[in-house]
Amino acid sequence: MNIQGWGEIALTLGLACLLGRPIGVYMSRVWNGERTWLDPVMKPVEGVFYKLGGVDPARSQGWLGYAGALLAFNLAGFLFLYAMLRLQGVLPLNPQGFDGVSPHLAFNTAVSFVTNTNWQSYGGETTMSSLTQMAGLTVQNFVSAATGATIAAALARAFIANRGSGVGNFWADLVRTTLWLLLPLSFVLAIVLVGLGVTQTLAANATATTLEGGQQTLSLFQTASQLAIKQLGINGGGVFNANSAHPFENPTPLTNLITAVSINVMGWAAFFAFGRSVLAKKEARALATAAFLILFACTAGIYVAESQPAPALVAAGIEQPVNMEGKETRFGLAASSAWAGQTTGASNGSVNAMHGSLMPLSGGLTMFLMALGEILPGGIGSGIAIMVVMAMLSVFVAGLMVGRTPEYLGKKIEAREIQFAMIAVLVLPLAILGFTAIAAVLPTAMEGLLNHGPHGLSEMLYAYISASANNGSAFAGLTANAPWWNTTLGISMLAGRFVPAVAVLAIAGTLVAKPRLAPSTGTLPTHGPLFIGLLIGVILILGGLQFFPALSLGPIVEHFQMLAAGAGV
Amino acid sequence: MTQVAIDHASHRTALAGGLSGAILGRALRDAFVKLNPVKLVRNPVIFTTWIVALLATVSAAAGIGSGQGFGFALQLALWLWATVLFANVAESVAEGRGKAAADSLRATRVTTKAKLIVDPITGAIVPTPAHELDVGAIILVEAGDVIASDGEIIEGVASVNEAAITGESAPVIRESGGDRSAVTGGTTVVSDWIKVRITAKPGATFLDRMIAMVEGADRRKTPNELALGVLLAGLTLVFLIAVVTLLGLGAYSGVKLDPIVLGALFITLIPTTIGGLLSAVGIAGMDRLLKVNVLATSGRAVEAAGDVDTLLLDKTGTITFGNRMAVEVIPVPGVRPEAALRAAIMGSLADETPEGRSIIELGRNAGLSLSLPVGARAIPFSAVTRQSGVDAGGKTWRKGAVDAVLKTVGLDEGQAPAEFRQAVDRIARSGGTPLAVAEDGVLVGVIHLKDVVKPGVKERFADLRRMGLRTVMITGDNPVTAAAIASEAGVDDFLAEATPEDKMRLIKAEQARGRLVAMCGDGANDAPALAQADVGVAMQTGAQAAREAGNMVDLDSDPTKVIEIVEVGKQLLITRGALTTFSIANDVAKYFAIIPAMFVVGLPALGALNIMGLHSPQSAILSAVIFNALVIIALIPLALRGVKYRAIGAGKLLSRNLLIYGLGGLVAPFVGIKLIDIVISALGLA
Repeated sequence: MNIQGWGEIALTLGLACLLGRPIGVYMSRVWNGERTWLDPVMKPVEGVFYKLGGVDPARSQGWLGYAGALLAFNLAGFLFLYAMLRLQGVLPLNPQGFDGVSPHLAFNTAVSFVTNTNWQSYGGETTMSSLTQMAGLTVQNFVSAATGATIAAALARAFIANRGSGVGNFWADLVRTTLWLLLPLSFVLAIVLVGLGVTQTLAANATATTLEGGQQTLSLFQTASQLAIKQLGINGGGVFNANSAHPFENPTPLTNLITAVSINVMGWAAFFAFGRSVLAKKEARALATAAFLILFACTAGIYVAESQPAPALVAAGIEQPVNMEGKETRFGLAASSAWAGQTTGASNGSVNAMHGSLMPLSGGLTMFLMALGEILPGGIGSGIAIMVVMAMLSVFVAGLMVGRTPEYLGKKIEAREIQFAMIAVLVLPLAILGFTAIAAVLPTAMEGLLNHGPHGLSEMLYAYISASANNGSAFAGLTANAPWWNTTLGISMLAGRFVPAVAVLAIAGTLVAKPRLAPSTGTLPTHGPLFIGLLIGVILILGGLQFFPALSLGPIVEHFQMLAAGAGV
Repeated sequence: MTQVAIDHASHRTALAGGLSGAILGRALRDAFVKLNPVKLVRNPVIFTTWIVALLATVSAAAGIGSGQGFGFALQLALWLWATVLFANVAESVAEGRGKAAADSLRATRVTTKAKLIVDPITGAIVPTPAHELDVGAIILVEAGDVIASDGEIIEGVASVNEAAITGESAPVIRESGGDRSAVTGGTTVVSDWIKVRITAKPGATFLDRMIAMVEGADRRKTPNELALGVLLAGLTLVFLIAVVTLLGLGAYSGVKLDPIVLGALFITLIPTTIGGLLSAVGIAGMDRLLKVNVLATSGRAVEAAGDVDTLLLDKTGTITFGNRMAVEVIPVPGVRPEAALRAAIMGSLADETPEGRSIIELGRNAGLSLSLPVGARAIPFSAVTRQSGVDAGGKTWRKGAVDAVLKTVGLDEGQAPAEFRQAVDRIARSGGTPLAVAEDGVLVGVIHLKDVVKPGVKERFADLRRMGLRTVMITGDNPVTAAAIASEAGVDDFLAEATPEDKMRLIKAEQARGRLVAMCGDGANDAPALAQADVGVAMQTGAQAAREAGNMVDLDSDPTKVIEIVEVGKQLLITRGALTTFSIANDVAKYFAIIPAMFVVGLPALGALNIMGLHSPQSAILSAVIFNALVIIALIPLALRGVKYRAIGAGKLLSRNLLIYGLGGLVAPFVGIKLIDIVISALGLA
């Protein structure tokens, strides 16, 4: 640990949050249909989509209509991608001549990209053709991110409405988020990244002569364009298997900083956009502050844990000041720690270091960050949406203590809202703990494990947490390209994405019809330090209570065993 | 004079007694009766505990938990049963007071026969049992008779003892016509006779409803209770998942888990504390209302009371004493103040109106006690003369409307002394009433009559403002008078020259702005507004229509009571929130007790999580279960009494309660479990 390292972490995390503000204001304008400077370019393009789809963008849908459209669109996206993956071998733009992928891998991959998870049971450069990467995966990188944003847009409309009915038009939200927000920002970022040395070409491979005089074939790909939306869309699925540890994807410390910041910037932007759209900027800032504090604390924990040499190695007299296993020396400890925190706090899942090689406690922290439901700041829109659910639960539990029935942002929180909030909360432990417990006693599943004992449990737990929380990062060590893993992880991703999404839209549906109440001095203030502390407490206790037993058998016991091993030698 | 600051001790109530031994005995009996699973299903958390206790008992008996020893398994099973039982005790104790009150009410039910008038012309009567009286039947009630059912007086006037309902033994006058024509079944006519038309169906009288309410017979879950129930059920599911999946995770880790221990972990994690106390909190809330002699028709109304944003208060009787009172006598130039006061008193000695007596009272406070001279002649007030007074010993004293008195003393308006005219103006502008005083045909001064704001009202309204409530004064006065009183009383707003329609409009306008409104009323014309308001408190002495429209009835007919009702509502919600927070915060410590205990044999490294340094795995698990059961008992008094409400603003209130029940909930079980562990390991129980 050193000042420079702390500075690096503070800069990366802080910059993302600060940049999120102006982008959030813009995002809110896009959601609200206010005027923007891109209107002259995008309005005509937008119109074409509506005409083709026969959609009236001004018609506000009820929550069921909205959710139905969302599910239908994603189902279509899944089927399209599945077909493309299976037929890859006979489709054009396949310079490396890859075959179609197996049914279970195609299912897993299609689900993974549609759900904004980008879990990759495969190595990109050795499995996917250029067509699949560009027209299949990258397209989903855009629209799955936009789908997340629509959830927050609908929820915002529900809060601002006073005895309203519709929560907005899904198609309009989808098209506008993609055209106004994701495309232009990715375009700019991709250009910048190309300028900084990230590859971008349709050519197949480059051949290099190594120092020993051997020949090495290097995959190049159109990396920059994918990388931009991989980060901004909080997708995380890399072109290369090594993801952002690969020198073509992340060549310099500067690209590392830019891509690290872009992991979280859109998540934060959605927080601020929600606040502006609901006329509750102070409240949204409180949510962001709570999320930022947890994220920073956990990232700091990772940095501290990684700065300790393994006790057993110290005892064995091996010189190793910090834990550098699985990290890129180009980036070092602080940048790797910051990335690990950011990518798991958001539902990104890109990595610039191997999480399986983290110290047990940091590995546990990355799992904990994801298991909190990807709200720090999470995916675009999906993060703030679940954060609002957490705020509603906090208000509900503790808010009674001011002597009023609970309300949040002017809306009463009653049985229906709590019911859907609990459904949104329940799906994560159900998928994560349920599948892990089954896999833990299933020989078929355990064939995929590299390690046994607590580390093996961590490998499984991490995989299901990552999939259910739609993160997509991997712990390494687990060979997931097998029917059991591809199928159950695919189901986890589906459950983790669409159950909370529909639950949040259902909450929007009940809230939209309620009167928006005026606050009084008797109303629980939901913007001060007190509320921030309360919210942090509820998030940590709720998350901790669900996953503490499982984590104690994985990373926690591994940590104590590591300490004991060090002391024992 | 009634005091605004309500003194609990003065509220003798027939309904709410203390917690006597008899009530406790019955509660314990009921607690066992409530073990019936069919009844427990209503409470998912406690029902789940019941199932686990049963499973634990069966497996203890079958020796399934033999790995841990029979004695240990049996102890665990017994404490799980105790958890269920303690939750039942909480509910029974809460119900106990209501049941006792219901019993005393039942005793007042009419057993004698009513005198049913079968022929209106001859007045022939037929003795008929009360339960055979239909709506519309007309009965005769004479002195000494108990009124058989609710009804309306169609003929006659009588004094009625309503002690059975209100606990107030002083009889009240009930007469046909107007807002005082309603009578309640179970009350007794003390003098005279009345003819009553029955308005309530048999079994649906006010008394019947009251019995049902205090007994909690038709207690339905309130919206907030329902929502909280969903949350608790959800949390129970979360912990079910967390505990059941430990079977697989434990097997992988090479730890053999005892099902009884898993069951124990599950029960300690699910929110049994709030689950066990939730209904007791709700019942106790109704009970606290009963204690101040207010009857709520539903728990929903009590909950709404906590949420009220705007309070509509009638000026008369609530903010001011009902009558104008003399506050000063201003002499005309050349007359000494004492002389003017003396003249005012002399002119009022024969005046029995409240205004007149207030003048005598004013003199007494100034040390001037006079009595009517022998042979004095009282000159009563008449609408023509608009003055009253006394003639005695050749002298005359008159007081009355300024223009009338001036005419009597032979002065025009303009001829009166300037100081006098200024005083009259000042009094009128401040919302008061000037009365001119003349002695022996000479003008001596002016009495200032004023609507006096009750003492303590201003402070009470300041409290309400801190609670986030807006107060609106409703008055029939003109805007000038209304404004003067409003500013003196410190209300936030006022509605002057108010008609019932204005009141209704105001309520609807407030509600449209997203505010909840509370009001009280007694007249028939208040009924629509009472029904429209979120909390409508009807006065027991009021019209039948009002009593039916409101969702609460104040048996004391004290309009200031609405303030207390709001506090009871808030207290109820705070108690519920405090216990929920406490319950959930408790779980952290339980993990630190049970998780290491469960796994330490297979994974010794996890012994490091035993931060409480508990004696053995068995004692750790048992301590957690015992703490979990005992905490319910420990919190019953708090659930019944309620967390004290303080008008200190939402932010401060939250930080205070979070500190006590959130942080306290985190810390308390660490201490409690450790202490229990010390005790049971010393006793050799585990």
